[in-house]
Amino acid sequence: MNPPADLAVVGAGPAGLAAAVTAADQGLSVTLLDAGERPGGQFHRHAAGEAHPDTRHGRRHYAPRARRLEEHRRTGRVRHLPAHHVWTVVPHPGPGGAAWTLHAVAGPDETPATVHARAVLLATGAYERQLPFPGWTLPGVLGAGGAQALLKSGPVLPGRRVVVAGSGPLLLAVAGSLAAAGVRVPAVVEAADYTAYARALPVLVRNPAKLTEGALHGGALLRHATRLLTRHAVTAAHGTTRVEAVTVTRLDRDWRPVPGTSRRVPCDVLAVGHGLVPQLELATGLGCATRRTPDDTPALVVDADQATTVPGVWAAGETAGVGGADLALTEGEIAADAIAHALCGTPRDPRRTAALTRRRARLRAFADAMAAAHRPGPGWTGWLDDTTEVCRCEEVTAGRVREAVTEYGAHDTRTVKLLTRAGMGWCQGRMCGQAVARLAGEPPAPDRRPLSCPVPLGHLAALHTGTGPADPTAPTTPTDLTNGGTP
Amino acid sequence: MTPYRFTFDGTPLTAVPGQTLAAALWAAGITSWRTTRHQRAPRGAFCFIGTCHDCLATVNGRPNQRACLLPVRPGDTVTTQEGTGHEPTRQATGRNTIQEGPGHEPAR
Ligand code: FES
Repeated sequence: MNPPADLAVVGAGPAGLAAAVTAADQGLSVTLLDAGERPGGQFHRHAAGEAHPDTRHGRRHYAPRARRLEEHRRTGRVRHLPAHHVWTVVPHPGPGGAAWTLHAVAGPDETPATVHARAVLLATGAYERQLPFPGWTLPGVLGAGGAQALLKSGPVLPGRRVVVAGSGPLLLAVAGSLAAAGVRVPAVVEAADYTAYARALPVLVRNPAKLTEGALHGGALLRHATRLLTRHAVTAAHGTTRVEAVTVTRLDRDWRPVPGTSRRVPCDVLAVGHGLVPQLELATGLGCATRRTPDDTPALVVDADQATTVPGVWAAGETAGVGGADLALTEGEIAADAIAHALCGTPRDPRRTAALTRRRARLRAFADAMAAAHRPGPGWTGWLDDTTEVCRCEEVTAGRVREAVTEYGAHDTRTVKLLTRAGMGWCQGRMCGQAVARLAGEPPAPDRRPLSCPVPLGHLAALHTGTGPADPTAPTTPTDLTNGGTP
Repeated sequence: MTPYRFTFDGTPLTAVPGQTLAAALWAAGITSWRTTRHQRAPRGAFCFIGTCHDCLATVNGRPNQRACLLPVRPGDTVTTQEGTGHEPTRQATGRNTIQEGPGHEPAR
């Protein structure tokens, strides 16, 4: 067994990478676990066959930290475990001051792996929020982030004529990279209204770099003759075996489709996404408290040091509230400094701390303004007809969810789930959670899933046969999992 | 770098080393490689980051592999996955993987 690390970092995206190298710089022994093959996360994606990610941001943010990671790896201060998917973290006092055990599955063969550490930093990132619409299960409809992933790491052009739709700043970035790669993007369809940004003017002018970024994306689109339609949504995708066209409809202030304003736009791919949702199940499994961000999304509560409400567990990046790579890096460095101080008494440089804290406040304010501007309006359920599949995995339609609410009196997501199986399939509600909650009349609840990824039966059994720690919060029998993680 | 060769439903295809199965299939113009359990509707990749499980494929006889995460290996045999893709191959692979839901439902 490896000796316990001072710090285990889960996730090697911007936040986790920054935290791992900063903590190692300060003398901590760090184990960095990441589901990806190479560090960088979703943001710094590598193209297949390339050593370094080729993105504009990549060189500025990624390269220096990747180099430091490599140095620390050589001296043995950082143990990097790529292709390790952590599925649970449990409190487990042990030798060498270990307080936590992390269980992971490694590689395509799902080999079990265990890491012990004195402290844990969760930098598990986010996944895309999806709001269903008729036809969204057709092949050729993919996540906006997915289109970006395919383009960056494929490297593959997702299609020849790609409509980009949904809400949030990612859409412009995705459309910009598609257009730059030679894809025809007839329209970017944004459900929010950019005038919402006007309310946040003071925050905007304090973030000139962010504005420049926006202007760059906007400029790229203009050059490629892409139309930006705000307060519009793709309300249906058409095709038989794959998408051939989409219906674009104007929305009112509450995102209700305005009758008589629909038009059809031909395309061979639709890239769609309505912002990002923090990935929280490891944290909620540990009992970390959550808060609601201005776009009604659950995120972790963290203090000035990025500590969660569970002592010994820190969080940085999207896990603590979606805010982009710059904010994630800043939070990762703040957390690493705080952890070094807490574990080893490493003195903190007050000037550096103050600068990082100011930077975090400025970027967080910008993120909050964006979240508020792109918060999904309640009227979007108006584009779901009764035959629209809401839950992709279990093929549950909006009609069946509505029936559960109106006929059988289900007033919450959990009851809807039990009556319809919506959210009980492979993705465990990650795709349909928002929609089901809305249709049930509640705001979406924080992720609560017993496992954060599929796990071979034997690994679970090992947890309870003495090879692993007994944990009262872990599922006790495999059958517990069939209810889809309902508490 | 020499491209990897693999097959999809018997058709020979190639992948760049390090490329995921989903990316290699899209590059070949293939956007669906499974059917759903109930409607038998075509599905392929959707989220591309391992979250949605829409991209499940049968690879070398092993079902329910997420094509968007799985790097292609030389000589892989990939086949369209029908329904759960699970029952016929469970014995063949000798594995019993929990898929948190439909994957370990009893065969119907
Ligand atoms: S495309 Fe979503 S899991 Fe692979």
